Parts: sequence; structure tokens; C-alpha cells
Amino acid sequence: MTLIQMTATELKAAIEQGQTSCVEITRAYLDEIGRVDARVNAYLWKGGQSALDAAQAVDERRTRGQDVGLLAGLPVAIKDLLCTRGLRTTCASRMLAEFVPPYDATVVQRIAQADGVLLGKTNLDEFAMGGSTENSAFGVTRNPWDLDRVAGGSSGGAAACVAASTAPLSIGTDTGGSIRQPAAFCGVSGLKPTYGRVSRYGLVAFASSLDQIGPLGWSVADLALLLEAIAGHDAADATSADVPVPAYTRTVNESLKGLKLGVPREHFDDGLDPAVAKLVQAAIDVYRQQGAEIREISLPHSRYAIAAYYIIAPSEASSNLARYDGAHYGYRTDEVKMMEEWESERKALEKAGDDAGLNALDSPLVRMYRRSRAEGFGAEVKRRIMLGTYALSAGYYDAYYLKALKVRRLIRDDYDRAFQEVDFIVGPVTPSPAFAVGAMIDDPLSLYLQDLFTVSANLAGIASLAIPCGLTEQGLPVGLQLQAPPFQEERLLRAGHMYQVETDWHRQRPQLP
Amino acid sequence: MSLTREEVERVALLARLELSPDEIERMTSQLSKILDHVEQLGQLDTTDVQAMAHAIEMSNVFAEDQLRAGLSRDDALSNAPKRDEECYRVPAVLGE
Repeated sequence: MTLIQMTATELKAAIEQGQTSCVEITRAYLDEIGRVDARVNAYLWKGGQSALDAAQAVDERRTRGQDVGLLAGLPVAIKDLLCTRGLRTTCASRMLAEFVPPYDATVVQRIAQADGVLLGKTNLDEFAMGGSTENSAFGVTRNPWDLDRVAGGSSGGAAACVAASTAPLSIGTDTGGSIRQPAAFCGVSGLKPTYGRVSRYGLVAFASSLDQIGPLGWSVADLALLLEAIAGHDAADATSADVPVPAYTRTVNESLKGLKLGVPREHFDDGLDPAVAKLVQAAIDVYRQQGAEIREISLPHSRYAIAAYYIIAPSEASSNLARYDGAHYGYRTDEVKMMEEWESERKALEKAGDDAGLNALDSPLVRMYRRSRAEGFGAEVKRRIMLGTYALSAGYYDAYYLKALKVRRLIRDDYDRAFQEVDFIVGPVTPSPAFAVGAMIDDPLSLYLQDLFTVSANLAGIASLAIPCGLTEQGLPVGLQLQAPPFQEERLLRAGHMYQVETDWHRQRPQLP
Repeated sequence: MSLTREEVERVALLARLELSPDEIERMTSQLSKILDHVEQLGQLDTTDVQAMAHAIEMSNVFAEDQLRAGLSRDDALSNAPKRDEECYRVPAVLGE
């Protein structure tokens, strides 16, 4: 087995046994990035020499017998939505194409403190809005299993770099499925932790009550490793929870006895692709054979989740993205051209004696805002800002935003009831496998409906794991979703690992010639 | 729920977005479709349901009232599209 075919957990063991070094591993990944990334386009920025230098520093400390952190010098790719000090953070938007943060996100700091090596920054849908990474201002990320298909999104680069063996570990973010859906499409493992489990400080905000940072990797044990490094309370994020972080890596191998799994009947109706249904059922059977009790349950309000989500998330987004005004940071329109145009409009109105027109003429500042935002944002971001602004505007707030918040409570209540009966809820991650690039680009609602099985976990704030559970006849990966009560990541990861002990779907990798 | 062009134009101003006639056209039909889907929330009786704005319902997270270093002025201005030594520069706010 070559280095890039090993899981992060195996690589860590190999380093610790002196079989390889951090520099060797980092170089192997950089070489593979050089060989395949032009086709996959998972990376917006590649570490190169800076990654090798960081790896070398860890090797030297190890050689001197000094302590080395949990991540042991392993390379980690980071979604380009997390601030990196002195290093461009674009959010895949023209708006932030030149933005260089003056500080690090807490997760970036913690990875560095745990001796993770920053390998690169990965592509995404602009500001994490989308499910295909086609909304990136810097080109679509392609699925390593079939380059004509999407990698999913919004953490498309984060999932594709693991699938393409161009990173052993990767950080994504999940607001409505943005870790789990691309993990499923790319045949890798991904975890959306409980809301508040991981600090969001330095994460560029999309929908603040839903956003959560989480790990992606080949195996569930790899996720345990990266989660242990990044989780925990942070004074800089008032919404991060002051709940102790278990040593996930120590217990992930211990199987759970007397497991009760709930299968929501709403997840297996007409909308589900039969090929996905078959593989997910087979995965549930693997648990049954290990002695788990499988119960049918109901999440009666899950069918309303998309509607509630596509009010709440855009509402929060419209508010969060108001900060991009062309004044403080980010893109500003060509001011000279704009002012010339404004002056000539004003003169023409004056000449015509059009007082009403003069009154209606916007101020140069408002025009600067509007044009900078028009030129800086892509179509999907504009759509969501418009939707959210509408939902929050006078006269519509109660009918849309407040209504959606009440339905959010009903969705959470469904989960609370279900978790009194079962330990985890198991089902598909997505209704179908990865779709073709361009297939949904003109039909936003159809793309939103793809989030059917994932958005509820964000609305409720619970933890949710996606693991690969098979390939369709066309050779496309399918994901299994396991959802857990808040702050039950330790047990959730153990449950996921139990599946991977019995199966090897998480070891299958696409061949990129 | 069908939106009109005028409503879309009004919202675009509120959102500080400049939209081309084409974009207004597209946005009007796409947003109408999405709002049609959202209408189904009206089927649910939520009279006695408490709104849930946040997954972790906590309030009053206190921090010690201690001075700590913030960004320096230069760091804060480092990404400004236009600046001078100490301020952001923007087009004139008041007309002549």
C-alpha cells in the first residue's frame, strides 16, 4: 500500500513506528495533487513548500524526542470558508477574491496546535450556498468517481480531495448537509457535529444558527481523530458549548451493545432512488446481524423541513452577508466609472427639470453598495439574499420567518420523541447518487429538494454522520446517515466504526489515471 | 404565491443589490416557485408552538470584563478597498 492509500489513523501509526515521516507523507500528497487536481479542482490554494516546512518542523521535534500533538504532522485540507491568517480566504466568491484575514479561525489554530499540517484550502459553493460546488466563482469541483459528475456541496472540495487521495483529512462545514451530502457523493466519511460542539470563530458566517464545522476522512476512526483535535468550548464563540470533549480516538474501536436503531418511514417513500434504498437497507442489515434492534419510527414533520430551512437559512444569510458593502473589505466596483455615470444621470435629470427623478436617484454610496454587491456575488448568493430579505421584510415576517421557526420546533420535538425510543436514526444521506455537472443549474428548487434528508439535523442542532455504504451499478458511491442526540458524538462514532469493521466500502477508492 | 416585478425591485433595493432586467425576470419566477413550495408550512397549526430561533437555547453568556488585545488599526484596515492612514474611504454620503 502506498502512503496516499492509507487512512489517517494508519498514517499516524506508521509515523509513530518510524516507518515514514511527515515530510514523506506531505510530499506524497503534494505529488498526487500535482498529478490529479487540475482535473478534480478540489483545491483553491495548495500548500507546497509551506506545508513541507511545517511537516519538517514536526519531524525535527519528533526526532529530538519532544512531544508531538494529536495530529502527529498529518496534512489537513481546510475549506476556504475558514479564516487563515495572512493567507487568502475567498469563500469561492469574487467578493473575497483578494481577502487576506488578519486572524486565524479557532479550528485552524487548534489544528496547528495539534500539529496538523495545512495542506491547502478547498473549493466550495460560494459562501457555502449550494449542493454541487458549481456555484464557486473559481470553477466546479468534479467527482473523482466520475469526472462528469458533481462532487456535491457545499464542501465539494473537502470531500473530493479525500476521495481523490489528495488529502488524508479535511475540514468542511455543514449548514444543511454540506459535509454529509458531498461525503456521500464522493464515497468518504463525514461528520456534522452537534451545534456548539466546534467553535465557529473565524468561520465566515452563512446561517449562524445552523452552521457547524466538521471533519471528513476515509474512516470513522479518522473523523474521531480530527474531531478530538478541533472540538471544545471557545470563549471567542459564545454559542460554543461548554461540554467536555471525550477522547474519541480512545473509544472509537469499542462496539456498542444492545443498539436500537430507528428507521424513519418518511425516508423510504417514492422520492428515494431504488439503488440507494437497496444499499441503505443492506447497510441496516449489517447492524441487524451485529445484534442491533431495528425499529420503524416516524418523523412526521420531516416533510416540512426543506420549506422551513429555505426560509431560515436565507433569512440569516441575508443578514450575515449585509457586511459585504464594498467599504470595509472585499470587492468594490470601479468607483470612477460609477461616479461618471451617476453624474451624467444627475445632469440629464436636472436638464430635463425632472424633480421626481432627481429625488429617486440613489446616493453615490447606495449605488456603490448595490453595484459592488451585484458584481461581487454570484447568482445563488443573490437568490438567497433576496429570499431572506423578502422573508424578513415588513408584512411577511410572521407569515414566513416566524412560521418557519415554529416548524423548526416541531422538527426538533420529532427527534426528541424518537430518541426516547432509539439510540440513533439511520437512513440515506441523499435521495440519489451524484448528478451530472450542469444537470440542475437552472432549477434551484429541485436542487434544494435534494437536501431532504440532511437539513433536519441542522434545524434540530443534533449530530449526524455520513459513511459510504456501497456503489451503484454505475459505480457511484451511496451514503448511509446515522443521526444522534446532541453531544453523542462519542457513541455515534463508535456506531459508525462498527459498520466499517464489517465492511470495506470506506476503503474503496476511485482510480484516476 | 406569485411575486411581481415591482416587489422584486423593492426587495433588491432593501438588499442593496442592483439587478439587471434579465435578473429581475429570472428572480421573479424562481422566487415565486420557491415561495410556492414554502406555502405548505401554512398547513401546520402552530398556534401554541414556541418559535425556535436557535439549536442551543441559552441566554446571557457572560465574559469577564477584562481588556484584551484587539486588531490593530492597520490590521483592521488591511483589506479596505480604499483607505487613508486611519479611515475607510467611501463615496460622498451627502450630495452637494
